[in-house]
Amino acid sequence: MSGLRSFVARRLLLGALQTVAVVLLVFALTEALPGDAAVALAGDQPDPARIAAIREAMDLDRPAYERLAGWATGLLHGDLGTSLTSGRPVAHYIADGFGPTLLLATLTLALLVPIGFGLGVLAARHEGRLVDRLVSSVTLAVYAVPEFALGVLLVTVLAIKLAWLPPTALGYGTDLLAHPAALVLPVLVLLSRPVCSLSRLVRAGMVDALASPYAAHARRYGVPGARVRYTHALPNALAPAVQQLARTVDWLLCGVIVVEALFVIPGLGTVLLNAVAERDVPVVQGLAVVFGVLTVVLNLGADLVAHRLTPRAGVAA
Amino acid sequence: MHDERFPGLRRRGFLAATTGAAALALVGCGGGTDDKAAGGSGTPKRGGRLRAAFAGGGASETLDPHLANLFADVARAKALFDKLADYGADLSAEPRLAEKWEADKGLDRWQVTLRQATFHDGKPVTAKDVLYSYRRIADPKQAFRAKASLEPIDLDASRATGERSIEFVLKRPTAEFPNILAAFGAYIVPENATEFDKKPIGSGPFRFVSFTPGRSAVFRRYDDHWDGAPLLDEIEFVVANEESARVNALLGGQVEYAHELNPTTARAHEGKGQIEIVRLRNSAMQAFCMKTDRAPFDDKRVREAFFLIADRQELVDGALSGAGEVGNDLFGKGYEYYAADLPQREQDLDRARALLKQAGAEKLKVTLDTSAVAAGFTEAAGIFRDQAAKAGVTIDVKMGSKDSYWSDILDGGTLSCYRSGAMPIEAHISQRLLTDSTTNATKWQHKDFDALYQQAQATRDKTERAAVYERMQRRLYSEGGFLIWGFADWIIGTAKTVKGVETKAPANTLDWARFDKVWLA
Repeated sequence: MSGLRSFVARRLLLGALQTVAVVLLVFALTEALPGDAAVALAGDQPDPARIAAIREAMDLDRPAYERLAGWATGLLHGDLGTSLTSGRPVAHYIADGFGPTLLLATLTLALLVPIGFGLGVLAARHEGRLVDRLVSSVTLAVYAVPEFALGVLLVTVLAIKLAWLPPTALGYGTDLLAHPAALVLPVLVLLSRPVCSLSRLVRAGMVDALASPYAAHARRYGVPGARVRYTHALPNALAPAVQQLARTVDWLLCGVIVVEALFVIPGLGTVLLNAVAERDVPVVQGLAVVFGVLTVVLNLGADLVAHRLTPRAGVAA
Repeated sequence: MHDERFPGLRRRGFLAATTGAAALALVGCGGGTDDKAAGGSGTPKRGGRLRAAFAGGGASETLDPHLANLFADVARAKALFDKLADYGADLSAEPRLAEKWEADKGLDRWQVTLRQATFHDGKPVTAKDVLYSYRRIADPKQAFRAKASLEPIDLDASRATGERSIEFVLKRPTAEFPNILAAFGAYIVPENATEFDKKPIGSGPFRFVSFTPGRSAVFRRYDDHWDGAPLLDEIEFVVANEESARVNALLGGQVEYAHELNPTTARAHEGKGQIEIVRLRNSAMQAFCMKTDRAPFDDKRVREAFFLIADRQELVDGALSGAGEVGNDLFGKGYEYYAADLPQREQDLDRARALLKQAGAEKLKVTLDTSAVAAGFTEAAGIFRDQAAKAGVTIDVKMGSKDSYWSDILDGGTLSCYRSGAMPIEAHISQRLLTDSTTNATKWQHKDFDALYQQAQATRDKTERAAVYERMQRRLYSEGGFLIWGFADWIIGTAKTVKGVETKAPANTLDWARFDKVWLA
């Protein structure tokens, strides 16, 4: 177990370094973008005197390293800083955007796991037969459709033509749970591609495992088919699927901009998009920290689960 | 970021004020009747809640009316607050909180009398509130947008001469002083108000109920509004940056009013009976901006050649999907003082070629700056490149960043895409065409032109003033730096139940995005 502990410690340290690197990179890139918050705010009225005044009011006239250092000092005290454009705390931005994002991610995940694994196992069980072909071709076809296209299609058919569901979550704010109907379409769109990739991964893993010598051996010993499938073959198929799942959760939490924009869900993706357009560097940096930490933690979790499922494979640190 | 795949996903931001879309509707239709869109028929009915979707500014939005920048900001500000004056359909100033104004002989002292109006907390609107509001805007430590507009006022010398009367002292004669009172963002707030996001108090037709930046703002009818209580009980502003989301929400009955729709959307739904499309015609000025202080546009023959290269109808059809009409290289079609008598300029490639030859600019190569900052910009650039090729001019289209575009093209480059919303012609001149103008993108700097502007501002008689403006416009028409090829429609969608939406209301004018006269059938 001590090997595992040192692995976790190493990974956490590496993760912290990675997050710092991401923040530095994001800062450098945001600085490298043409224009700054003052220029973005001045918009179509780029009166140089006004831009200078805004710049001064925002403290943008200080050198970049000073601003970064000031922000980093605050971060050590748990302070993510304040937005340049509104003067409100960055933590509020993230907290406000996190609710809808988390809700969507949770719902999507809650449906993704049973559907993805179910379809994968189903296809693997019927390998080469009609069910398998059907599942495989439908998942491949759906996977090929970009989210926004699927979203537009679903809205047009289910919300506008048939009027079964509300087309957007406009006006519901953060209280999305009170309007479950508005969540159906976004979750469907979010599910579409991950379900396909996950079920295909599970199917492939199961098929491999079922064709392996140890599965054949187990069958020769008279172990029932279900037990071979679920206690011997499935865990082997799970390891890659868990990693894929971690990537999906990461994607869901770190802002699904297309879906948020299409359905007017004010999540983290929207916050990020606005912050970049406004050159609101503290908000962008705050999000970079949150996304960095999330990514590190999720991947670490996935590695640990994969390790638990297939101990023999060892852990690649 | 996925926004390249999703071209609508651009910030519609900062075009409200000066560059917003104007829409002088029905200019060509003659008749001064009070046509309302969405069927103004029937007796206005009280009650109900209207939900209006606008593109907004995300979590950074504020209700501080002096910080208003986006269309959504202005729509909210005008519901909660009033200005002393506001723009009518022809961009002339109409009295609002000011009951009347009167200049002294020299046009540099103005007496303004306020009407009897009250703030939402019951306190009367007084001269002190007005002076506080203007001083707040003009604070040198701040960067409020209206500061430049208020510049002619000497606020230290101006004073309250009574509870409801103010004497404004100006730094120089200003015949168009009422335009200043109507300036974008010059809202009147109660004396000493500094905080607007918790419980803002204004004197506007609606009072504050709730506000979540980037999501929703709910206001309720203010029964004691001086202009009569609104017909609606409540108005809710919701934010949807994606045009398709605004349309879908409207079609799905989630909102009753969707601001800023695409021409293609309008065409798809116009006359289909599901929703009403309101076109605020002759609106956002669409132009190419030539820098007149540098080669090749420092030669007026080259500028004239470019005027003649443009096939304006093709630009309107292609870049605006036909939702607009052609321009005549002059700003403010249909507005007060517009020189409507000048002949419509048409494409004339032979003459353009001859002019370029005279100027020694054959085989001319120019870079045209454009950006996805406004609808139709990149399309217009592509179309104009092809038109110019026919006259032997090679145009290299250069895409710029949309977040810093306006600042980039102010001093940089030689030729760029440009657009502007409604403002009085006088304001267009003072902000963009004088030697000391703050946003002089064409670098039009001529002492004699400046002198004409001063002359107009010192002319009391309106007819004489109009004659001076006409002289200035003739000059711009023949050798100015703005190739103004069109005026785009501003498109709004409403539910069938929404009545009383004004069609003759360019964006930024009083009746645009005005909800106190709107009602639900």
